[in-house]
Parts: sequence; structure tokens; C-alpha cells
Amino acid sequence: MGAERVIVVGAGMVAQRFVQSLREQDEAGRFEIEVYGEEQYAPYDRVALTSFFSKAGPEELLLGAPELWDDPLVTLHRDTRVQRIDRKAQTVSLDNDVERTYDHLVLATGSSAWAPPVPGVDLPGVFMYRTLDDVAELRDWVRARQAIVGRPVRGAVIGGGLLGLEAAGALQSMGATATVVEFANRLMALQVDDSGGEALKSLIQRLGVQVKCGVATSEVAPDADGNAGTLKFSNGGEQLVDVVVFATGIRPRDDLAREADLPVGERGGILVDSACRTEDPSISAVGECAASESDQGMSIGLIAPGNTMADVTAHRLLGGDEVYLGADTATKLKLLGVDVASFGDAFATTPGALEVVYSDPFSGSYKKLVMTDDASVLLGGMFVGDASSYATLRPMVGAALPGDPSSWILPEGQAERPDLELPDAANVCSCNNVTAGSIRSAVNDDGIHDLGELKSHTKAGTACGSCLPLVKKILNTELEKSGIEVSEALCEHFAMSRTQLFSAIQVAGLTTFTEIIERFGSGHGCDICKPTVGSILASIYNGHVLSDDRAALQDTNDRYMANMQKDGTYSVVPRIPGGEITPDKLLVIAEVAKEFDLYTKITGGQRIDLFGARLEQLPDIWQRLVDAGMESGHAYGKSLRTVKSCVGSSWCRYGVQDSTSMAIALEERYRGLRSPHKLKVGVSGCARECAEARGKDVGVIATEKGWNVYVGGNGGFTPKHAQLLVEDVDDETVFQVIDRYLMLYIRTADRLQRTAPWQEEYEGGLEAIKDVILNDSLGICADLDEHMTHHIDTYEDEWKAVLNDPKRLAQFTSFVNAPEEPDPSLAYVTERGQRRPATTAERTALVHASSTSTSETESPS
Amino acid sequence: MTATVPGTRHGLVPVCSLDDLVTDLGVAALVGDTQVAIFRLDDGSVHAVQNLCPFSGANVMSRGITGDRGDEPTIASPIYKQVFSLLTGKCLVTMDKEPVAGGPDLAVYQVSIDNGQVMINLAGGE
Ligand SMILES: Cc1cc2nc3c(=O)[nH]c(=O)nc-3n(C[C@H](O)[C@H](O)[C@H](O)COP(=O)(O)OP(=O)(O)OC[C@H]3O[C@@H](n4cnc5c(N)ncnc54)[C@H](O)[C@@H]3O)c2cc1C
Ligand code: SF4
Repeated sequence: MGAERVIVVGAGMVAQRFVQSLREQDEAGRFEIEVYGEEQYAPYDRVALTSFFSKAGPEELLLGAPELWDDPLVTLHRDTRVQRIDRKAQTVSLDNDVERTYDHLVLATGSSAWAPPVPGVDLPGVFMYRTLDDVAELRDWVRARQAIVGRPVRGAVIGGGLLGLEAAGALQSMGATATVVEFANRLMALQVDDSGGEALKSLIQRLGVQVKCGVATSEVAPDADGNAGTLKFSNGGEQLVDVVVFATGIRPRDDLAREADLPVGERGGILVDSACRTEDPSISAVGECAASESDQGMSIGLIAPGNTMADVTAHRLLGGDEVYLGADTATKLKLLGVDVASFGDAFATTPGALEVVYSDPFSGSYKKLVMTDDASVLLGGMFVGDASSYATLRPMVGAALPGDPSSWILPEGQAERPDLELPDAANVCSCNNVTAGSIRSAVNDDGIHDLGELKSHTKAGTACGSCLPLVKKILNTELEKSGIEVSEALCEHFAMSRTQLFSAIQVAGLTTFTEIIERFGSGHGCDICKPTVGSILASIYNGHVLSDDRAALQDTNDRYMANMQKDGTYSVVPRIPGGEITPDKLLVIAEVAKEFDLYTKITGGQRIDLFGARLEQLPDIWQRLVDAGMESGHAYGKSLRTVKSCVGSSWCRYGVQDSTSMAIALEERYRGLRSPHKLKVGVSGCARECAEARGKDVGVIATEKGWNVYVGGNGGFTPKHAQLLVEDVDDETVFQVIDRYLMLYIRTADRLQRTAPWQEEYEGGLEAIKDVILNDSLGICADLDEHMTHHIDTYEDEWKAVLNDPKRLAQFTSFVNAPEEPDPSLAYVTERGQRRPATTAERTALVHASSTSTSETESPS
Repeated sequence: MTATVPGTRHGLVPVCSLDDLVTDLGVAALVGDTQVAIFRLDDGSVHAVQNLCPFSGANVMSRGITGDRGDEPTIASPIYKQVFSLLTGKCLVTMDKEPVAGGPDLAVYQVSIDNGQVMINLAGGE
């Protein structure tokens, strides 16, 4: 166990980062870490607090890998407040009267929400907006009021900054009205100027939120029941309310430090040097509670600087000498769906600075660049409504901007944008502090040529993800420079990407590989383009995978419609929609397994896998299934695999919807659908999520009112949780949005690209995909719907079709000159009562043991 | 037992009729103890190689995808997707894997078509 004890006060975002960083770097296990947090939760993502209103439960907001808290060198004490620090004794006292000694103390106490001392701030119905408990209480209150008042709940938010606008969005999402009251003369006064504030105000009003600027709140007056009832303003105005949220600012929590006589900043915050040390060398402070000399003794209310402080402190405890250089206050936010971003000298305070402004009253966007007096060097910028150039321009601060600055803020296509070459020192990922130089070095020196690997290697783009387009661009530029072609080409036969080929084939209406390669490619094809074309043809026209010239295009498993195993035999997985099966059908499966001596195993997708079927046995096995009213299943290939589900409301005490019926409907709808990669779907009957649906490409989770649909999850090599697409929708809408999501994916994804990376790299990300699917922003929904309907209408039992077609059936023989003869090289041993392929050593032994040689034990020639 | 299959280790052995071969869809044949994979390509040519995949040890080459690399006709193993020349048997793409036993290349067998019959010569194989 660690020789030195580190105590962390506060279990918030920065505490989490510190513990993770120290555990990653402290390979020798020198430090034992105790974390004390007064909240009842493990560290959670406060930045994403507003998403609480669209999530199934608070656990979805938890930060980082849960294993961190299982680490024997880390103990997390929730619900425990640190009361006092005794610097001489090097102890902290807890609220349960326990004292703990420390070798190093790290203060990560964050901030608390602050409200002006107006009468009525403590009435029932008045809330702060800082913690999970705050938002949970707010939600309960709004729901309860809703039930009582029988009209939309009247909501008001005091404060028109980031938190206020988020709170207004939350009120609206619960069906309440929202009025934002701001004391300053504009919204987001810290991030945008007057014109930007005007633009923001009108964009937000379009969304139905009322905005009052330049108005001070003087009182919250109670109604007859003593709850918050009326807001009174200093200009004499009044407004009726049922709920009020104060988002009027934060104050660093420096009280522990003050009481221990540690110096604090003028405007609060524990004073630290650039290595995050307080005056006491064994006490550090990080995150929002700290006021660093690198930030002129001010505390910064953003997460990125806190993360850097956490890393610096962990590094220092291990003897490192990194320092914190001060905050990059550049921010990009999405408020009620409106982009707001500012960076650098956004308010043009540099003497002689020039402002280049573009504002568009129709779209409501406002964009501004701040340049040096000769318009050559970029100093800063501000975006409201459209922040698409933010990721590219932010790292350019202090560098010469080639070309006409206005080209960067005019709508795309109106002016030619020059190619930018970022300086090495430019900070590309401000969340994790990754420079353009370190990304280039990862590409050139460490030979990383893949975006996914680049992300995990450099950490760039792994937090908020807004820099990903830029990271990808740097990667491609570097690859091009070193002569590595970043070709979109599928293979040597097709110079196009899968996406391009898909639309080319669709538009030209071609149906055979020969026509397609003649028209769009060259040569005879290969094992890369043939299956791709096979899959595209199946996606566009459906039709049998073994029809006409298609059989020769199919990849290993599709070619014989079963799953090829390592010894060349196949496994068969009978379709069991939704995992629901009658005892009679179970018996059929058992009989088939026995008769053909198939190794039997239950799969992770709630199906039964039968292994060891020889090629020539497949038709007989399928026939047995067909006779019993079943079909084989697509447990293979790039297609829908299974729809996993829990039992749901028909049996489960907790279920709120019938997840099994939903799963069966989905499996029957999408079975046989060919796609760029495998597709998995899960359905859970309530938020307990027993089917692990959020680990699937499409996850459907029951709610009291209907279903939430999540997309883009996967297990495997880089596990991803699926993201929310729509919530509380009915069955029909579930089908409709999934139809469209899957079709859009099938049409536009790369070869072998799963849904998670596809939706990450889709231009504009999930938001853009939502726009296409829910708002028909590309005008293609009718087409997507029709395409899926065609698939559903033309689905046939592929296996039965083979059984009925002697020509296709002829393919299922072992040897052209000995059709019934089993492959003599197959050899098995028995383990736990079933057979499995013999290992090389076992085969040799088998051959020696039986020199009389039966066909089962002969070794390959 | 493999006695049902006629054939010797030397000389041309008939295995099937040309009509049994569908363009680009390989078949396996048993010649004595040896498993052979036979392919008919869209230019009408017929090729035979060992059916044993060197990288997996399974007899599956006949179930792979045909194609070309440059002008060289190829066959890809269905198990780990190595690509081999149908002319020389040489492994062109190893997919960063090692063969389970022996070398990475396939034996190629001489094929002749006689009166609509496909004849294989195992002795010619190397
Ligand atoms: C709604 C909302 C939206 C936000 N959006 C953004 C954004 O878009 N971008 C951005 O950069 N930032 C955003 N922030 C700010 C960001 O959340 C904070 O900068 C970040 O959480 C600071 O982390 P921290 O660990 O310093 O403090 P916190 O996360 O607040 O953690 C401090 C923890 O310490 C505990 N604690 C305090 N004193 C004690 C004690 N004596 N004993 C035990 N425990 C104690 C507290 O209960 C708290 O859990 C947002 C904040 C909110 C509330
Ligand atoms: S997810 Fe809910 S409904 Fe389904 S089994 Fe679990 S608890 Fe029951």
C-alpha cells in the first residue's frame, strides 16, 4: 500500500481528474488516495448537468471509468464533509468526528451558487442550479406544480449567463414557460458584446423564451400558500411565477482555507502559485476553488483550466515540474441549440484592434473577428448562431491569418477560404491541452495514421470533441505531406469511397457487379470491393445474396449464409426474435444439435449457436428448422444481428413497457438488412436497462410515457454508450426514427465503419443527423422511409429460398467429385461432453493413435 | 475413407465437367488424399491450387473470393483474408500473420480441359 497519503477535499470534476491523473502516473503505487465529497454521488459531469432532464437517471452523468473507484489505492467517501484543516498536525476533521492525517492535501472544493440577498430567495419554489440535487429538486417541484395548477407552469430564471440560459432550456423541456431576467443590458455579458447579445436574444426569443435585460429583481414575493408567487423588479414591474431559478453567479468555496489561515484572492479563491501550491507546501488547491497567480489571482469558472491544474498537481507530487500557464477562456457553448463562442481578445481591447463583423438578420447569426491594426494577425473572435469556424480559428490566435479575414465569417461558399497552416504551438484541443505540434509528432514520429488511435494516443478530441474536425484535418495534411496518399479509394479497382459508390450505383440503377466495375472501376475486383458492392446491392435492391452473379461477391459468411469457424465448418444460429422461444422450438433445436452432433452454446445476443456443421450439412439443418416453422438467422455478416431484450412489463415487477414485443417487432422489421458493418439492437423495459441497450447501435429504453431511442453505441474494441436521439415517443415513431437512422447510416458510412464513429465523423455530428431525421433538413426523409419499406416488404427467408433452388443448392457440397464425402481433414476432441476442433498438438496425437485412419482423425495432406 | 474417388498421385485425373464450374465460384475436389480448389474465371481460364489455407490450416480456399491485383488473378482466403496469386500460388498479402505450418504460398496444379472434362495433374503441383 502507498507510503504517502494524499487527501482530496471535494469529489467534483477536478477531483476526479486529479485522482485519475495521479493513478495513471504513479506506477509504483507510492500514494494512497482518500477522497471526501459532501455530495451523495461519485464525481459527475457538472458541465452536462442540464442533460439530467433528458437522461434516465443521475448515474448516466457519472464521470470516467467506474474501475477508478475500485482501485485498492483509492477510497472515495461520499456524503462526507471536511469540517476543518489542522495544518500543524496535518489532519482534516470530518463531519462524523473522524480525524485523518495527510502527507499532501489537495483542495478541490469548487464553487457554490450565489444569489443576491433579495427578500424571498429562500421561499419554496426558488432553486439554485449547481448540483444534481438542485436539478432533481427543481424537476420534482415543476412536476408537482404542474399537477396542481393545471396550466403550463410559469418559470423565471434570474441571470442571463451560461447557467441561466441552460436553466431556461431545462424549464422549457419540462413544459414550463421561461422568462430570463438579466440585470446587465445584454445576455452572456462575459462572452459576447452588445450586438452579439442582441443576436442571441432574438435567436432565443424565437425559441419561445422571454428575455428581459437591464432589469434588477428586487423581491420574490410569496403566494397565498407561502410559495414563490410573484417576481418584483426595481423598475416597479411584476411577474407571476410558480418556480424561480437563481443563476446569478458563483463564489469559490475557500472557507476551509480561510479558517486555516491560507491566503485567498481579492475576489475569493484560494491563492496558489503556478504549480498549484498554496502558501503551505503540503497543501494544493485545484479547480474553481483556486485562484492562481497564472490567472492574476482570479478563480476561473471553467472545467478545462481545472483539468490542467489537476494534471500539474499530480505531476508535481511525483517530482515533476510542469506548471499551469493560466486559463484559455475561449468557450464554445450550445445554449438551447444556439451556438455561442468567443475566444482571444473578443472585446477588442488591444489598442488599434480592428473588428470585422458579419451579421445576418434572417438566420440571426452574428460573427466577429478581431485583428491587429493592419488586419494581418488574428487576436480573437465571437460567434453567435453559427460557430462553424470556431474550431479552425481559435488555435490561430496570435498568428497571421492569410487572405481576407471576412472570408472566415461570410456564409460558406461566398468567399474562398485560404488553407490554414497552424503553428506547432497552437492549442488545438483546449480541454486536454494538446497542441498542433504534438498531434503532428504523433503522426510523423509515432506513425499513427488513424483518427481513432490518434485520439487515444494524444487525448485530443476526447473531451468535448469540438476540435475533432481540426484534428482530422491535421492528420490528413501530415499524411499527404509525407507522401502517404489519403485516398478515399475503396481499393485498386474503385477510386471512390463506399459512400460515393453507393450513390453512383443507386443513381445509375446498376444491378450487377460486371456492369458496375465496367462503368465505375477497372480490373476484375477483389475481396475488398466485391463484398462492398454485394452489400450495397443488397441494401439498395434487397434480393437474394446468392442470386445471379452476386454469390461470388459475398464475403465468407454471406457466401454460405452461416458463420464460418476456424476449421472451415460453420455454425448455425436459428432466429429467435427477441430471445423468446417456446419449449417445442427449443426441442427442435436440441434435436438438430444432437442429430448433427453440433457443439451448442448460448450467445451474448440471447440466441443458441450450433457449431461444427459441415458445408454439405447446412441445407439439411435449415430444412429441419424450416419444417418446424423457424428460420436460420443472420448471426453473421454485415447485417442486423439480433435484437436483445429483457422480459419487460409482461413479467417484470419494474417494467413500464412491453420490451419483448418491441424487440420482436424490430427484429422482424430489420432482419436481413445489409449494412456497412454489423448492427446490434437492444430493448429494455425500464430505465434499469437489463438488456444493456445503450451498448448497441440502436438502443430502445422504455419510459413511463413511451420509449427513448439511443443511437451509436457499441461494445467491442472501443466501447461507446449510445446517445439520445428522441425521448418519450410512441411505437410508430420508434420505427420511423430507426428506419431513417439506419438508412442514412447505410447510405453514407464508410466500408466497415460502425455507427459510433460514423455519427462522430458525420459532418455536424449527431446534431446534424437529428436534423436530417427529425426535421428533414435534407429533404430525404420520404426517400429513406420508402427505401426501408421496400426492404421490409421484400424480405424473404434466404435459407428457404436456397432449399427451393437446385442451382444454388448445388453450391453446398463438400467436393465437386464426391458431393457427400466429408472433409477428411476435420478432427475433434471431446471436452465437457461436447466436441471441439482438435489443436495442432492433439491432431498429431490423434493421427499417431489411429494409424488405421478413419475419416474423422486423418490429418491434412 | 476416400476410396470412392478415383485417381493416383501422378498424371492427369478427371475431376468434373467444365459445366460444373460457375464463373468465380470455386469448388473443392478430392484427388486421392489431396484437396484441390478449382476456379473458373470470367476470361474462361480454369485454375487449381491447394485447398488448404496455409494461415489457418483449414481446407477452405475454394470458398474464397476471386479477383485480381494488377493483371494477376488472385484468390483470397475466407478465413483471415490473405491474398494469393492463382498463377504462381505466391502469397501477395499476409495480413500480418504467420502460416500455421510450412510456407505461406499455395501449391498450384496444372489444369487441362479435355472434351469438356476438367483434368488436374497433381504431379505438376509445386
Ligand atoms: C449547469 C452548469 C453548466 C456548466 N457548463 C460549463 C461549460 O459548458 N464549460 C465549462 O468549461 N464549464 C462549465 N461549467 C462549470 C464546471 O462545471 C466547473 O468549472 C467544474 O465543475 C469545476 O470543477 P471543480 O471540481 O473545481 O468543482 P465542482 O465540480 O463543483 O466540485 C467540487 C465538489 O466539492 C464538494 N465540496 C466542497 N466543499 C467540500 C467539503 N468541505 N467537504 C467535502 N466536499 C466538499 C462539493 O460538494 C462539490 O461536489 C458548468 C457548470 C454548471 C453548474
Ligand atoms: S430493464 Fe426494467 S423491465 Fe427490463 S428486466 Fe430490467 S428491471 Fe425489468
